[in-house]
Amino acid sequence: MKRALAAGLVVVYCLAPFYWMVVSSLRRTGDIFETTPWPSPPSLENYAAVFSGHSDFGRALLNSLIVSAGTTVLTLTLGICCAYALARLTFRGKNLVLGLVMGTSMFPGALLIVPLLKLFTELGWINTYHAMIVPSMSFALPLAVWTLTAFFRQMPHELEQAATIDGCSRWGAFRRVILPIAAPGVFTTAILAFFATWNEFMIALTMISKADMQTATVRVAQFGGASDFDTPFGTQMAAGVIVTIPLVILVLVFQKRIVAGLTSGALK
Amino acid sequence: MRRGSRWFTALMISPTLLALALVVLYPLVAAARESMYVRGEGLDADGFVVEGERFVGLAHYAELVGERFVNALLNTTVFTLVTVTLETVLGVAMALVMHNVLRGRGVVRAGILIPWAVPTAISGLMWRWVFQADGVANAILGEKILWTTEGVQAKLAVIIADTWKTAPFVGLLVLAGLQIIPTMVYEAAKVDGASAWQTFWRITLPLVKPALVVAVLFRILDALAMFDLPFVMIGRGKLSVETLSALVWDEATQLRYGSAAAYGMVLIAYVAVVVFVFVRLLGADLLADTRSRKRTA
Amino acid sequence: MKKTLLLACALTLATTTACGAGEEEASADGRGPITIVDTQSHEAATRKVIDAWNAAHPDQKVTLDIQPKDADSQRQRLINNAQTKSDAMDVIMLDAVWTAEFAANRWVDPVAAGTFKADEFLAPTLATATYRGNLYAMPWLTGTGLLYYRGDLVDKAPTTWAEMKETCAEVLPEHKEMSCYAGLLDKYEGLTVSFAEAVQSAGGTVADESGVPHLDTDAAKAGLTFLVDGLKSGMIPKEGITFKEDEVKNALQSGKVLFARSWASLYGTANAADSPVAGKVEVAPIPGLDGPGSGTLGGANLAISAFSKRKETAKDFLTFFTSPEQMKIWATVNSTPVARTALYDDQELVKQYPYLPSLKQGIVAAKPRPVAVKYGDVTAAIQNAVYPALSGEVAVEQALSGLQQQLSGLLKQ
Repeated sequence: MKRALAAGLVVVYCLAPFYWMVVSSLRRTGDIFETTPWPSPPSLENYAAVFSGHSDFGRALLNSLIVSAGTTVLTLTLGICCAYALARLTFRGKNLVLGLVMGTSMFPGALLIVPLLKLFTELGWINTYHAMIVPSMSFALPLAVWTLTAFFRQMPHELEQAATIDGCSRWGAFRRVILPIAAPGVFTTAILAFFATWNEFMIALTMISKADMQTATVRVAQFGGASDFDTPFGTQMAAGVIVTIPLVILVLVFQKRIVAGLTSGALK
Repeated sequence: MRRGSRWFTALMISPTLLALALVVLYPLVAAARESMYVRGEGLDADGFVVEGERFVGLAHYAELVGERFVNALLNTTVFTLVTVTLETVLGVAMALVMHNVLRGRGVVRAGILIPWAVPTAISGLMWRWVFQADGVANAILGEKILWTTEGVQAKLAVIIADTWKTAPFVGLLVLAGLQIIPTMVYEAAKVDGASAWQTFWRITLPLVKPALVVAVLFRILDALAMFDLPFVMIGRGKLSVETLSALVWDEATQLRYGSAAAYGMVLIAYVAVVVFVFVRLLGADLLADTRSRKRTA
Repeated sequence: MKKTLLLACALTLATTTACGAGEEEASADGRGPITIVDTQSHEAATRKVIDAWNAAHPDQKVTLDIQPKDADSQRQRLINNAQTKSDAMDVIMLDAVWTAEFAANRWVDPVAAGTFKADEFLAPTLATATYRGNLYAMPWLTGTGLLYYRGDLVDKAPTTWAEMKETCAEVLPEHKEMSCYAGLLDKYEGLTVSFAEAVQSAGGTVADESGVPHLDTDAAKAGLTFLVDGLKSGMIPKEGITFKEDEVKNALQSGKVLFARSWASLYGTANAADSPVAGKVEVAPIPGLDGPGSGTLGGANLAISAFSKRKETAKDFLTFFTSPEQMKIWATVNSTPVARTALYDDQELVKQYPYLPSLKQGIVAAKPRPVAVKYGDVTAAIQNAVYPALSGEVAVEQALSGLQQQLSGLLKQ
């Protein structure tokens, strides 16, 4: 009983603020300042407002999806190779490489962004998807390498030996034997990288000046009201819920994998 | 080592290193250079901003004694110390609760992942809404606390919001650590008549320490770079919640790239020192596996 | 697995090249589709003008880009666009206080003389678009602070702060839930406006035309003291220190305050059919220390981004937008005051906005905020000095003397 109560408390603590966001998003504009625990009557008007007119929130969601998917694919392609080498090959300077990769996650984005902004201006990359995807690697790549290295290490040592005996080249062993077995770990890492990029704010805010290229997190923060005198709290909450929902669904479906991914690096 | 394998290794590693060189190393070097230049100072006879840059050496670093920088440094330090401490304590507590849950662990785990899944910028909006002058936080407390004004209450609001979002993350990492402790250990402790507290302090904590240390290190890195939460939640320009990252950002939007870069370099140095001290003190052996494997290989 | 990897590479390539393909080529004659950047609060009115233009110019269509709500984020987006030399924005809404910064950095093009009749616009609006004698934007919107009050509870609008307090002392005892006054006092651009207004209304000025600050005067002290004592005595509700435009409107609409200072465009919102106080809200010039106060000049103008690739279309569109016909159409949809003098005497508009004639007087009497290329630093300095004074952490004299010193450095060009 005590245990259930404690568990209940933990769940309430985690869900209460989110619940309040959902409830507020379901209130009518006129009731938005009410503090009743359930909207009466509930209304979808805020959700309609999010997608209505020319705010083009659907486009912002699509942009978020493209940037997150692009970053995930790019990061995994590079990260898998690097993590494999770090976990399963022996070479000199391995610790240095691992240290370098992990060290890069230490640098705050606020500092990196201005030089990149200037570089991308020269390259004519401003207002493009790659202007968001490439800098996103600065946090996604160390995350991916870290998680994947842990996954690769968990696999039995004999795998490559067996493959080599069967006449596989090193590349063949990696591709035909290791990768298929590592697929679950790769998938988990993909979810983590996707999450991290979906939540990104500062890069998307800086690299993009074209409204129809903005991502959803930036767009939500910039929602204005129909007059100078209204902050559309209800609409903001509704948009916030919409941005969060895909992640919540991913969490509910893949919670075991996500936990495995989050903890693999920590436990080894 | 055979020649072929060396090539293979280089081929596998270099794309990642090249990518990181582009998005981390290059900006870092460029920022280091920028921090010693000043640009756009002064107007010409027609009132236009004079273009071009001028070398000023370490002049920007001399501004570091300024009130605003010291304030941001203190805020960053306070936020990091308080949030990471709270998150560690709460996270461990959550992990213990989850570990002891017999039924419905999936529900608890899913619930605990929700705060982690909410994007920081969105959670900033959400908490701003909660902490409005006539918001639900004040309704529950029955007080009229002006959370978003300058002062301790604004700091507190940021700390509450940050703890909410990240304590579950710590909790999950610790839970994973708990789950690999064999039940035998606990049974032995019971036989020896150890109290619950003794069991926790002497057995559980030391055994989850590796997991906990990594979780805390991640949290420290994140907290030292805190930006979106105070920015969206309390508002830009509120000095009581201005962090170093926010200061760097603000200087850059005022086109003072030189001092922005200088502040940023100091922030990096600060992060590096904290990480170094932390790893030394608590022995967060991030590279342990490679070393131990080398020995066995 | 090989296929998956290949697919991954293909996807990466596709996402990175797809966006390049979307770029349209700049036409050689500077014409083609353009983008105007404006705020959401203007959306309905601006869209009407855009629709009219688009119907007549199908090959030079105008797209509306909606800015975030707060001025700081708007400015940050515009500067970011200029820093990256992006052609994403052609015509931009330039707040009156940004003119100097954008002109001095060559981020906006000067408006060629002779393309419009200057004498048809209110003189102060021209001034807000001018930097060092050259016009950098088409005068568009203007406005100044107005005192809103509950006409059903107050007989005669006060002209001085003392009168306002007296009126409150008479009315409030019967309306316990009400406070006297609310203004823009959160720490943002509105605080700079409120502070400048208070100082001016006490007969002083934040800085004179040659950029010399005057905050060591009795007037400056009286102005800031009005706000500080207002909060201390409860004349301004305690939470008033978190108020921006929204909260002031909410306080007025929900009957929490008798008097409120806001912009002219609030009139339409406060008296709209769905407003709880519709028909009860009236407008007067803001009060001052010894007589009517002096407002701060607000407003925004339309400029052409220096990085636009379709400047010919942009120029034509500007002329169209600021023409008497389109400006009137704009004004019938949105109650923000516009820059054309004739519209203040237009019978139809005066019927819709009865306050227009007195507003015109207010605008002519209003003063601009300090002009500075680094206006961002100036306004930050003001906010950082005034806000602690409002919350009682710093004494009035101390705040003012510190600010005097800081502004002396910042305004010296």
